[in-house]
Amino acid sequence: MSDAILQAGTLWWREIVRFIRQRSRVTGALLQPLLFWLVLGAGLTASFRPSGMPGGMNYVEYFYPGVIMLVLLFTAIFGTVSTIEDRREGFLQGVLVAPVSRRTVVMGQALGGTTLALIQGLVFLVLAPFAGIHLSVAAVLLSGAMMAIIAFALTSIGLVIAWRMESTQGFHVIVNMILIPVWLLSGAFFPQTGVPAWLEWPMRLNPLSYGMSALRKALYFGQAQSFCSLTSFRWSAAVSVVFAAAMFAIAAQVARRSSPV
Amino acid sequence: MYPLQMSILSSVSNAASRETEPRARTVALEAHGLSFAYGGERRALADVSFAVACGEIFGFLGPNGGGKTTLFRLLSTLVPLQSGEVRALGEDFRAGTLAIRRRMGVVFQYPSIDGKLTVAENLAHHGRLYGIHGRKLRERSAAMLERLGLAARAGDLVETLSGGLRRRVELAKALLHEPRLLLLDEPSTGLDPVARREFFDYLHHLRESDGVTIVLTTHHMEEAERCDRIAILSQGRMVAMAAPGELKAEVGGDVVVIRAREPELLQRKLMHQLKLASTLVDGTLRIERPRGHELVREVVETFGSEVDSVSFGKPTLEDVFVHLTGHRFFTSEPGEPS
Repeated sequence: MSDAILQAGTLWWREIVRFIRQRSRVTGALLQPLLFWLVLGAGLTASFRPSGMPGGMNYVEYFYPGVIMLVLLFTAIFGTVSTIEDRREGFLQGVLVAPVSRRTVVMGQALGGTTLALIQGLVFLVLAPFAGIHLSVAAVLLSGAMMAIIAFALTSIGLVIAWRMESTQGFHVIVNMILIPVWLLSGAFFPQTGVPAWLEWPMRLNPLSYGMSALRKALYFGQAQSFCSLTSFRWSAAVSVVFAAAMFAIAAQVARRSSPV
Repeated sequence: MYPLQMSILSSVSNAASRETEPRARTVALEAHGLSFAYGGERRALADVSFAVACGEIFGFLGPNGGGKTTLFRLLSTLVPLQSGEVRALGEDFRAGTLAIRRRMGVVFQYPSIDGKLTVAENLAHHGRLYGIHGRKLRERSAAMLERLGLAARAGDLVETLSGGLRRRVELAKALLHEPRLLLLDEPSTGLDPVARREFFDYLHHLRESDGVTIVLTTHHMEEAERCDRIAILSQGRMVAMAAPGELKAEVGGDVVVIRAREPELLQRKLMHQLKLASTLVDGTLRIERPRGHELVREVVETFGSEVDSVSFGKPTLEDVFVHLTGHRFFTSEPGEPS
């Protein structure tokens, strides 16, 4: 057990050190969502008038939690790409022949990716006042916890893909066909209220919707302002935790299948 | 069918048998009936069996696509076995994977060290994966860096090192947990001839000083020459296993190679006029026989105008390969999925 902690720990540590030494990665994962937020926020504020939106909220504010979700998603995607490259002809080869179980390797990778996503998500929280959201200390802590759970789930999804794919060819198809639609239909971009029935069910069944819902409610902790009709914070958080655990279990299983241990 | 296949341990080299410890006579790595197919279709390995003695330097020689890469991936435990049995250091590959991994060092053809980490950080990371930490890790790491002449570069990012130095870091990494068996895939990839020789000198030194068993794959004849024994792989099959010298002795005398504009015609004429059997390999005629220099003169005098060039020499391992498989070493064979 202590060996597993040492092993997962060193894999986690390596992710952090690499991240610190590659500044372009930091700006890359933050700048694009920021640009999305500014352009779409400014462009859509005038026409965005869904029923049930609290007074004083505009699209810039509505979209803000969705952009945080996008930051988490981008970090997970980046981690997936580098895992695929590392596995075949890179750093991971040496890890895979070490006396480490695949579950431990996946845990180290997932925790590394989660930490990086969380750091970038927290950096993005600094912009909350510009969205018109006034964060309490409790809201920051609760949001941080939700971001960590969501990031763990997204990173694990990325690892499921990374451990199944032999090359990065075709990876953009998966990003465009699965990951981005899942984000679009999570309530990050537009609310569940008022969508046609054929769209409502995919949004309700989308596990990320519950992460989005919990994150919205966490950001407005102690305020009545949050705009999300899905379900209560507790349920949303519970679904997110189960989702994250399930994705990790699948990733560990997929990683195991390609190896004797 | 395979005249050169020796009984399994008959020809362990002098260097290995000089070792006086009892383990010198024991087996470090053995495989029986190893087969592997990708996607259930193309056979990458077919019924490969061998045994490597403790303290031996054993090479798998073969062209790209011969099955070396697949064999390496199986032996390094990257890929689960499909059929056949493998034992290493007394453990079964299926039941004792983790135990084997703990005592085996692996050097990959492609870099497996992180360019964004320093030399020392790479070693530390590797050590922790093998359960080594704290003072023991620092001491071993420092000793290994000293031993491989890397101490002065310990704090440098790996991406700033030359190819030769990086290779040494790979080796330092693979040896940090003091393995009994060292597995190397095309160890001289990206090294110039001088660095390659130095690298091999070090492997020999390692075997002498620590008794580490070394198993490697290569497509370089010079590298294969420096192994105690080699196994030749062609199209997924093992066609020979013996000491390089013994293999070359099997070819017999000299090898005469004739280039001609119309090799088929010349082949018939050689048979007809000189009663010489030759084999046609990729447009060149090859004759194996003692006293090759006499044959050169005879061929030139008899067929002067039809012959572009005639050469003769002592058999090389490449000649051994041609002798055994009937085709040249560096030809395009169906490539392995990479």
